[in-house]
Amino acid sequence: MHRAHLTHLLLGACALAMPGCKGEPPIDAYTEKKILILGNSTEPQGLDPQIVTGVIESNIIRALFEGLCVEHPSKQGVHLPGAAEHWQANDDFTEWTFHLRRDGKWSDGTPVSAEDFLFSYQRILHPDFGADYASMLYYILGAEAYNKGETTDFSTVGVSAPDAYTLKVKLKASIPFLPDLTKHYTWYPVPKHIILKHGKMQQRNTPWTEPENLVSNGAFMLKDWRLNDYIHAVRNPHYWDKQTVKLNGIRFLPISNQYTEARMFFNQQLHATYGLAPEMIEYAANKYSQYLRQETYLGTNFIRFNVTDPLLDDLRVRKALALSIDSQAIITHILKGGQKPAYGMVPPTDDYQTPKAVSFDPVRAKELLEQAGYGGNNKLRITLLSTDREVSKRLSEAYQDMWKKHLGAEVSIEQREWKTYLSRMSGLDYQLALGGWIGDYPDPTTFLDMWKTGDGNNRTGWSNKDYEALLAKAEQTKDPEARLRILELAEALFLSEMPIIPVYWYTTNYLLHTAVKGWHPLLLNNHPYKFVDLELLQK
Amino acid sequence: MIRTVISRLLQGIVVVFCLLLITFMLVRLMPGDPFSGEKAHAAHIIEKNKARFHLDKSNTEQFIVYLGLLARGELGDSPVKEQPVSKIIRHSFPASLVLGIAGMIIAILIGIPAGILSALKKNSYIDYSTMVIAMAGISIPSFVIAPLLAGQVATRIPFLKVAGWGDPLDWLLPALTLGLATAAYLARITRGGMLEVLNQDYIRTAHAKGVHPAVVVTKHAIRGGIIPAIAYIGPAFAMLITGSFIIETIFQVPGMGQHFVNATKDRDYFLLQGVVILFGTLIVFANLAADIVLAMLNPRIRA
Amino acid sequence: MSKDIHNQPIDKGHSLWSDAWLRLRKNKMAMVSMVILFIIGILCFILPAFSIIPDPNTQDLNNTFLPPSGDYPLGTDQSGRDLLARLLYGGQISLLVGIVATTVSVIIGLIYGAIAGYAGGKTDSLMMRIVDILYGLPFLVLVILFSLLISEHAKELTDALIGRWPDHAVFIKKFVNLVPLFIAIGALGWLTMARVARAQVMSLKKQEFVEAAVSLGLSHRRILMRHIMPNMLGPVIVYATLTVPGFVLTEATLSFLGLGVESPNSSWGILLSEGANYMETHPRLLIIPSITFSLTLLALNFLGDGLRDALDPKAAKD
Repeated sequence: MHRAHLTHLLLGACALAMPGCKGEPPIDAYTEKKILILGNSTEPQGLDPQIVTGVIESNIIRALFEGLCVEHPSKQGVHLPGAAEHWQANDDFTEWTFHLRRDGKWSDGTPVSAEDFLFSYQRILHPDFGADYASMLYYILGAEAYNKGETTDFSTVGVSAPDAYTLKVKLKASIPFLPDLTKHYTWYPVPKHIILKHGKMQQRNTPWTEPENLVSNGAFMLKDWRLNDYIHAVRNPHYWDKQTVKLNGIRFLPISNQYTEARMFFNQQLHATYGLAPEMIEYAANKYSQYLRQETYLGTNFIRFNVTDPLLDDLRVRKALALSIDSQAIITHILKGGQKPAYGMVPPTDDYQTPKAVSFDPVRAKELLEQAGYGGNNKLRITLLSTDREVSKRLSEAYQDMWKKHLGAEVSIEQREWKTYLSRMSGLDYQLALGGWIGDYPDPTTFLDMWKTGDGNNRTGWSNKDYEALLAKAEQTKDPEARLRILELAEALFLSEMPIIPVYWYTTNYLLHTAVKGWHPLLLNNHPYKFVDLELLQK
Repeated sequence: MIRTVISRLLQGIVVVFCLLLITFMLVRLMPGDPFSGEKAHAAHIIEKNKARFHLDKSNTEQFIVYLGLLARGELGDSPVKEQPVSKIIRHSFPASLVLGIAGMIIAILIGIPAGILSALKKNSYIDYSTMVIAMAGISIPSFVIAPLLAGQVATRIPFLKVAGWGDPLDWLLPALTLGLATAAYLARITRGGMLEVLNQDYIRTAHAKGVHPAVVVTKHAIRGGIIPAIAYIGPAFAMLITGSFIIETIFQVPGMGQHFVNATKDRDYFLLQGVVILFGTLIVFANLAADIVLAMLNPRIRA
Repeated sequence: MSKDIHNQPIDKGHSLWSDAWLRLRKNKMAMVSMVILFIIGILCFILPAFSIIPDPNTQDLNNTFLPPSGDYPLGTDQSGRDLLARLLYGGQISLLVGIVATTVSVIIGLIYGAIAGYAGGKTDSLMMRIVDILYGLPFLVLVILFSLLISEHAKELTDALIGRWPDHAVFIKKFVNLVPLFIAIGALGWLTMARVARAQVMSLKKQEFVEAAVSLGLSHRRILMRHIMPNMLGPVIVYATLTVPGFVLTEATLSFLGLGVESPNSSWGILLSEGANYMETHPRLLIIPSITFSLTLLALNFLGDGLRDALDPKAAKD
């Protein structure tokens, strides 16, 4: 009958099927062919460096394109030459000159010139283009005005190309970390000749990013793009440093469910996962520690206060709520990822000393709350806006419990789905809200600029002219050390008014196959694939 | 007959149109928009992007523009994914179709025999145990069955992967999970239908005439007994094709089901509109097909 | 069989209902199911009223994932909460969602379907096409919109209700948050009930007793209400019993998608979706809610099937 046919079909398919049938792990075939298989969370928004905004997209774009400078594979803060061979800045870091390499080529053989960079910067800043992340280039003199349509002549913007291989950048402030910025995809070049072939410069939704059209200057080029299935990149034969590149290809899989991803890894289908759920972290730490990577990641998790709400007007109330959060308990029992309790906003580094503003002090918290007039029967009743994401749920439930235990406060959780949550936060329609921020580049300003008045990412209603004055002063400070000291003062001022409760500093937890070589911890988790290799382990 | 079919098709067009209109308005009522993100963007950029998709105009104007698009045979672009909606749907439809067909086959293979067996052995332990197994699909949620199959079964069988959609073997577990719920309903419906038929006089007559019981069942009873099941298969098939978000995310199937959920959560208006049109059309056709088959099988319903 | 026929007790007449009950009793599975449901009902609704069941929301981050013990008969979950308490209180919510949403969908669907089936013709066509449209609407959008609509007014509603019954504040708060869920689920569920009701009415319409009523000149409303509806009770009860588990499953799926019951409350759906995450690490958190959930749903399904068998007059010959 039909059942027998089906069984025959299955057995036949098995015989024809991949190595999995013989019992060999699927991943070994890819390791042998030197194709890196990566879990990459969700389907990217796109592959145009000037349109996208996320980490997921940057993971792919980093393989295809190359900026002026390239991240060192293991040493944070060392800038390797990329599209630029060498560069120099003036004394106060406001004028930079990049000397492009002569052998830089696009994957179709066309040379990469300074014209491409000019074109790319004009494109991302063009008012009609609508680039979401244009603000990453606002450091360039005149860029903001051009982007807002206040000026229409691009020559007023501080980038110029005196010749085909020289790029001059004039900044509006002292930016010693400009090389770090050039590693961000918003500063990457795009092929002028290809884009213009498919439409005007500021035209959106042209097919130039289709696999058959896309041309890039990085170690790899786009071969295959199957929506919601995978993106496959192969070696770029025209890449200037192709002898360093060991991999033959990279495949990105948009696996949105973390548990599916972990299962796929343990079933030998992936070389690396994008992340790891807290309970899987513990599981891996106990049983598969050779695969577990736990690395510091540049970001902060915090709780926002709507300082315009009358209940939160009193600084003592805010401090009381802040001091009754036991970050370490949350890290140990909920997150389990080796995160660090945060005592300030900016994650501390060797050069930057974050001011110590909060700690877990329930006794002091209770005192402060009583001073503010609460206690006994007069309970603090307040709402916490949270999202439907699993970790957010657990965090908000934990906060609710801690505030009840230490302050006797009645906090009700308003769990809303993602867009509603964003909309309410932006509209200041909340009292307390969960929040977080990942740094775009390794400088404190990526964590401090957002608190300026009217910045779209502020979302607390907090505003302080002195704070902004300090930030402006830092911008004009030439000496990098002095600059950092001023930023520390600014942060101290910010924290003293407590518009947020810092909770913990991120780590990234993920699984990495032991066959992967040349993959080292990096603060921004932006591994340059040209240095990665795959070695089949001898059993 | 032809007149009814044509009349139903015309009605179907009206149905899909109304469906589209209501969905169009409803999605724009939800708070948030396609462009809001964790990192907020400059207001003037957001305005620019909204204008690109006509989101700055009134809902009525937007709808008219959209109708214009449809008239040209287009579904517009997704504001979230920077791809044409038709391309997104086109890329995801094959996987959903395969998954839906495979799921339906499994549902039929499990459900109908289970229903027949249970009806024949009514109120016995065979009846009960068969129905318990058959109803697994509606007494355990798919988001429990799927990871269970992936984590406990696929890991122990060498040629099964825990997730992925590469070769035909990958279809097995997702189709099984998908088909189980439909199998449950088919089992129950078939059992009910068979019981009804088995009690009919003409069955008793056949037994009395000495016809072998197996022949009674296969030649006479099943034909009538599975009619209600067939009525169910039509719309069930349409639902299976539009897939399941849960199965697609747990088994990494690049299907269409995830679009319903993701487009809603991302406020991807155009993608949601596109899949709703597709879904509505499928349902209209599926219902019509089921009704036609029923009419052919049972002359009494034709009027 | 040589009994004296004159001494046989005269058979008392059996009503349809007692006939049905007798048939149901023969269905062992249905009987077992009734007992199981009764027990679960007591556990979830009566037991928590006594204070031996601790608060399901109190966390203890130092005591997460404890195995079953004297203090915690089923152990603790990932936040140190008592699993038994969460199971029972969660059951309240899940079962309530199932029952209330079913009631809503039955009432709406019955009336709508009966009118469509009875009226026939163009009215029926129009009403059924409306059903088709509603069937095709994206369910999640409706759930999100309903939830938002209600939660905007929930605060006023909650405060008003608490003002009226201050002792039941906790209870009220919990359940006002569930109302959007009831409405959304019930609002989609009535469509199938309408189809079922319509089919019933259409077949009943053709029966002689209706023809008789019509020729007697009875108003349509009277025919519907007094003659047709009572005869539909059987299938409607069956359908309702079978819908409850379906809606409990819907609640579970919505909770999995993050749109169901809100934190920190538990429901079986939440327990299952959270438990699924711990499948490899702490399977107890999945196994216990799964067994309870499946047992309840299977019991409801078997009871419904049993009722259908019992109430089907053609099955009387068994």
